[in-house]
Amino acid sequence: MTALLRTDGITKSFGGVRALNGATIDVAEGTVAGLIGPNGSGKTTLFNVITGYERADAGEVYYGDKAITNAAPDKVFAAGVGRTFQLTRIFPRLTVIENMLIAAQTKDKPKNVLAWFGRDAWTHHRRHALDLLAFVGIERHANVLAGSLSYGQRKLLELAYVLVAEPRVILLDEPAGGVNPTLINHIADRIRELNAEQGKTFLIVEHNMEFVMGLCSTITVLESGATVVSGPPDIVRTDKRVLDAYLGADLEEDSDDHPAE
Amino acid sequence: MSDLITEPGGKERGMKQLDRSLKAAGLVAVAVIAIGFPKAFPNPAITNYGVYAMIYVTVASAWNIFSGNTGYISLGQAVFYGSGAYALGAAASGWHFTGTAVFELLPFAGLVGAIIAVPVGLIALRVRRHTFIVITIAFFFIFQLMAFNLSFTHGTIGMNAPFLSWSAAGYNTPFYYIAMAYAAGTIAIAWLIRRSRFGLQLRAIRDDEDRARGLGVRTMRVKLSAFVISGAITAMIGSVWFYYVTQVQPSSGFDPLFDLTIVLMAFLGGYGSIIGTALGALIVEPVTLWLNTQPQFSGGYLSEILLGAVFLVVILFMPRGIFPTAGEWITRIRTRGRPAVVPATTVGVAASSVPATSVGSGSSGSSGGAR
Repeated sequence: MTALLRTDGITKSFGGVRALNGATIDVAEGTVAGLIGPNGSGKTTLFNVITGYERADAGEVYYGDKAITNAAPDKVFAAGVGRTFQLTRIFPRLTVIENMLIAAQTKDKPKNVLAWFGRDAWTHHRRHALDLLAFVGIERHANVLAGSLSYGQRKLLELAYVLVAEPRVILLDEPAGGVNPTLINHIADRIRELNAEQGKTFLIVEHNMEFVMGLCSTITVLESGATVVSGPPDIVRTDKRVLDAYLGADLEEDSDDHPAE
Repeated sequence: MSDLITEPGGKERGMKQLDRSLKAAGLVAVAVIAIGFPKAFPNPAITNYGVYAMIYVTVASAWNIFSGNTGYISLGQAVFYGSGAYALGAAASGWHFTGTAVFELLPFAGLVGAIIAVPVGLIALRVRRHTFIVITIAFFFIFQLMAFNLSFTHGTIGMNAPFLSWSAAGYNTPFYYIAMAYAAGTIAIAWLIRRSRFGLQLRAIRDDEDRARGLGVRTMRVKLSAFVISGAITAMIGSVWFYYVTQVQPSSGFDPLFDLTIVLMAFLGGYGSIIGTALGALIVEPVTLWLNTQPQFSGGYLSEILLGAVFLVVILFMPRGIFPTAGEWITRIRTRGRPAVVPATTVGVAASSVPATSVGSGSSGSSGGAR
């Protein structure tokens, strides 16, 4: 199995706080990988570095065999790495369908200036966008303002509009956070379906252990910005270092919350 | 835009058709009133109101194309207005244009506005929100100072327009129609932009600029394009104004009150809304003009105080403007407490509290929204 997304010794500091300290992660193509760790362990920072929202101080990010370290967010997205945010980032004053169309930008560049001003430039995306909304189950809300959606629906919308651009890898930051159990199952099913039928690769940050253990085939544990262990759920679950990291072997280390989390 | 994707059924289609014919009828009525105005009131003192109203509808709508869509509040629109006036004056005297031939220079004024907008935009659009506002004010003062000090602008004396040999009685009407054409054209452009892919990108920038860039929107290019369009239109109408009043000084061409008035018009009518902005201009400009000409208000300073007071009231109590607030009331009355269908329309942008604070907010999840 080849790694589709790989980071190698990523280091990132915010002032005096070292958020990432040699974080290394391997995501094989066609798998659902999990990334767990205590609060402040640098999971979101690692996501930000991979997707270009933060610059790494050291280390490399590879997509396939191409280094994409510190590429701009739009370049990373266009290359095929989509992501969602812990606190969803949708466009609240655009309608749901308009949110979807914004994400379709990367798929076609208007041929000339006039096409830029025309509206039929995206007509052919609408069908696809509606299909994806139906897939996540919010197609009824296509014409309402995205800001009026519930929190769970926003998560679904964000997932759907990341899918518009047909990324090969999708990074989900706490897809089950703050969402009711029924919706959590719904989201898990959608991820399984995308993975099984379209071969999409996922990297998921999540605190809900049931969700992660049930979904992911490999799990990487991050602690204080460094990779502690990586392997199948059963191995990770029983690893002593993981238990220490979560239950807190020594409590002095509890103060490593950093601003990006 | 409800017609974005829905395929309406029979009843809905009937409603839509009715809606469309109502809109068309409204448009025709507005056109008839606008065109007939100088015929019905040929008195130059009245047509003067018309000319100014149309000029300000144009400027406010041009401001709205950039600031209303992107959420970047510009307080430097006078940069383009004054530059257009001076550009026309300099070009007419330098290239010896006189009489009606001067109107051939309007595209040139627009070009000057566009050329000025590029460097100004490239600098100012690097920053957002409050910082952007301050930068636009700084640019405003730079341009005013240049008008005072450059040799071709003739300092405080300013510039005079070439002589136009029209009779006093018929002088205002052609200017009225020119300004009206600009107003109609600007509103049409604003509408085309609003429904286009370009407009969608602008509004995505307003909601969450970083996210939009992450999704592949070329944010700088998109913002700058809107800024240039807005600047070019403003410069053209500024040159029309200059030819109409026949002179420009640094204090009139680059007037800080002008900037504030434009923003007031947009906020009063409905920030981000095309019709609202035009309506705001139609309300504010005639009132200030009337107050300015009343001798008991001693030269107009009272009108400025009133303007400031209205601004305060609008920002504090109706930050979304008359038009969207009224629309909300109507919806509330019609639904009578039943949960209203969330309007999918993009006219009358639902801004949260004061729009300036919700501009491109990073965690926009909780800001904005339909209600």
